[in-house]
Amino acid sequence: MEDLKKILTEHPFFKGLTEENFALIVGCASNVRFDAGHVILREGEEANQFYLIRSGKVTVELMTPNKGAVIIETLAEGDILGWSWLVPPYNWRFDAKAVELTRMIALDGKCLRNKCESDNRLGYELLKRFADIITKRLESTRLQLLDIYGDRP
Amino acid sequence: MKNYILERNELDSLINILKKRSYRIIGPIVRDSAIIYDEISSANELPIGWTDEQTNGKYRLKKNDNEAVFEWNVGPQSWKKFLFPPLQRIFATHKSAKGINLVETTKQEKQEAKPAKYAFFGVRSCELNAILIQDKVFLKGPFIDPFYENKRTGAFIVAVNCTKAGGTCFCSSMNMGPKAESGFDLALNEIINGKRHYFVVEVGTDAGADVVRSLKCAKATDEDVANVSAVRENTARQMGRSLETENLKNILYQNSEHPRWEKTAARCLTCANCTMVCPTCFCATVEDVTDLAGKQADRIRKWDSCFTLDFSYIHGGSVRATAKARYRQWLTHKLASWVDQFGTYGCVGCGRCITWCPVGIDITEEVKAIKENKT
Amino acid sequence: MATDPNLQELKIDYKRNPMLPWPFQIKRVKRETEDTFTVELQPLGDLAEFGFQPGQFNMLYVYGVGEIPISISGDPSNPRALVHTTRAVGTVTKAMDKMRRGDIIGIRGPYGTSWPIEQAAGQDVVFVAGGIGLAPLRPALYEVVAHREKYGKVVLLYGTRTPADVLFRQELENWRARFDLEIYVTVDRAMSGWKGNVGVVTNLIPRAPFDPRNTTAFVCGPEIMMRFTAMELFKRGVDNEYIYVSLERNMKCAIGLCGHCQFGPVFVCKDGPVFQFSQIKDMLVKWEI
Repeated sequence: MEDLKKILTEHPFFKGLTEENFALIVGCASNVRFDAGHVILREGEEANQFYLIRSGKVTVELMTPNKGAVIIETLAEGDILGWSWLVPPYNWRFDAKAVELTRMIALDGKCLRNKCESDNRLGYELLKRFADIITKRLESTRLQLLDIYGDRP
Repeated sequence: MKNYILERNELDSLINILKKRSYRIIGPIVRDSAIIYDEISSANELPIGWTDEQTNGKYRLKKNDNEAVFEWNVGPQSWKKFLFPPLQRIFATHKSAKGINLVETTKQEKQEAKPAKYAFFGVRSCELNAILIQDKVFLKGPFIDPFYENKRTGAFIVAVNCTKAGGTCFCSSMNMGPKAESGFDLALNEIINGKRHYFVVEVGTDAGADVVRSLKCAKATDEDVANVSAVRENTARQMGRSLETENLKNILYQNSEHPRWEKTAARCLTCANCTMVCPTCFCATVEDVTDLAGKQADRIRKWDSCFTLDFSYIHGGSVRATAKARYRQWLTHKLASWVDQFGTYGCVGCGRCITWCPVGIDITEEVKAIKENKT
Repeated sequence: MATDPNLQELKIDYKRNPMLPWPFQIKRVKRETEDTFTVELQPLGDLAEFGFQPGQFNMLYVYGVGEIPISISGDPSNPRALVHTTRAVGTVTKAMDKMRRGDIIGIRGPYGTSWPIEQAAGQDVVFVAGGIGLAPLRPALYEVVAHREKYGKVVLLYGTRTPADVLFRQELENWRARFDLEIYVTVDRAMSGWKGNVGVVTNLIPRAPFDPRNTTAFVCGPEIMMRFTAMELFKRGVDNEYIYVSLERNMKCAIGLCGHCQFGPVFVCKDGPVFQFSQIKDMLVKWEI
């Protein structure tokens, strides 16, 4: 547990949280590992956690009917995987797979979102942090959409 | 510097001396209802007794009430068509079984039998300044234009100071006229005083002095010089337009999103007339053309204009796709970035872009609107 | 060489007239990806060598078709082989794509400013490339690798469209195998099964191993990519004075005379193509300058 706490303290995502909130989050955390090829999240399934990637690489994928699975983005060390636990109806929108042996810290989103309902201060802090992540992903997606290396930039 | 007198009936002597010195004399003539520049061989060909009326989008020649030679203002052409021709072959390549051979056309030009050196006869102050500006563009380096250099070096310039201001002139406010201050070999000041019609001749260079010596001109009196000043002041006073240049560069750079651009773009036809008549505009494109057999390929340089879509084309599209961007580019280049590039404005106040704009857009009005923050 | 049949009448003063191309012969054509290729050229006549600075470009003339600017993608320490990598997208590049060993291409150059790699000595060096933008950066990479001891960490972040569009694949593999270079490749889209990164190149910046307070960055790619890259580098702590970008504008003469490549007060052909980001950053966000 001390080990987990240390990792979480050092991660910018948790910077600036109160002692109390931080302790609460550490209480919801656990170490997990996935082997290469393992499906971590599956589209449509209940979204009850998010992950902080410690090492390895994860793909976020989408199944398309005629082209097969398309990789939307890859995430790696330091990245946060998963935000569907925060937004109703709490189902994963994409698949996520481990590309290689991947170690992560899983955080119990179900427990956290219940806490957030009663502790709006904590809710706001978490929402701010996820807004930042979602903004970055949106920006990247917009740039990808432009297809700037394509025929018609 | 001493001034000299050249009587009106001696104007041909001046032309003859230049001819004798193997200059190819280019001067103003009347053609197609406009005063343009072409090769001349006598003073009779000059626009004697002609004048013009100019305003936004309008140019009309009319008969003058006197026999003045130079009592008109600049027409659609400028001297740049001789120093920087609208079409210029850069090189020719010949393909044969032996391979591809390049022929350098500057060398061909130099070897032409015709005298290559120009004498420009009747260059107004704005025009002279335009030549000096293009000198900076083409000759200051790091790379020089060998074609321009070839034609410009040794060109003899006979300037003429304007005796009236044209309807679209604003050279005074640009500090580019009406008096030619330097850059000429000789400068003529036309004076009609009762029955006497003569020129007060200023000498600008040794080459000019040499010509005057051959002409055996009399020296000008103080009264002659006073007459010249009076005419010049009158010309400056007549000038109806002005372009306020104070802090202009910064104002234009800071106003790239001024609503005025949009408004003017709605009128602008992007026809490129203003760039074609402008004596300082120097943009050019190249075309590679082959004969039908594919045995010879030439590269031709042609005047180009920042008003065309192609001008800024890079893979994927044109950088300046809208008329707004293109008009802004032209005006901002003339009056702001030109200063950063060449240490001078790219505008001499000749007024051609106002006269020859089919919708009568007036550069002085545009600048005023932006400076006074109007739309 | 003096007996080369291509040079029978080649008595032109090239120094005096910068508008004339010099004949080069194609030694090799190499297909890089579906729409990109590399040509290796050799000068003909008494021009035995062709020196250039990384980041500079040449004007390439295809007989009777036209002339276009292409940056040099070869090794500056080998002035006997002039190398250009380009995409077959326009009239001239498509004509070039059909040319073979022995064909003649006219060359004018080298022109423009270069990546100031000397200035980066003692610092970490970060290359950020987007698409074909890797080609103009490659000479600088060669140079840095050749004098590896002069630099701190050396990182290449390279983003392109799909795994099939990755340029210089073998070379990237070789560099990746070295312990003193950090090579990261990402693509905009990939099918499941691709083991590399997916996402824009700017995503690689926060994690890349360099010290932002002691780094010079060389960035080349589409203008939007360079803007966002510079922003991300700045966020990480790299000053705009230490970020260099290479711009693309229409060029006809390459010697500052034809006016086409103007970008505000600068001529991209002679004041660029490589610019300090701080010098042009305000203009990059103005539309249609």
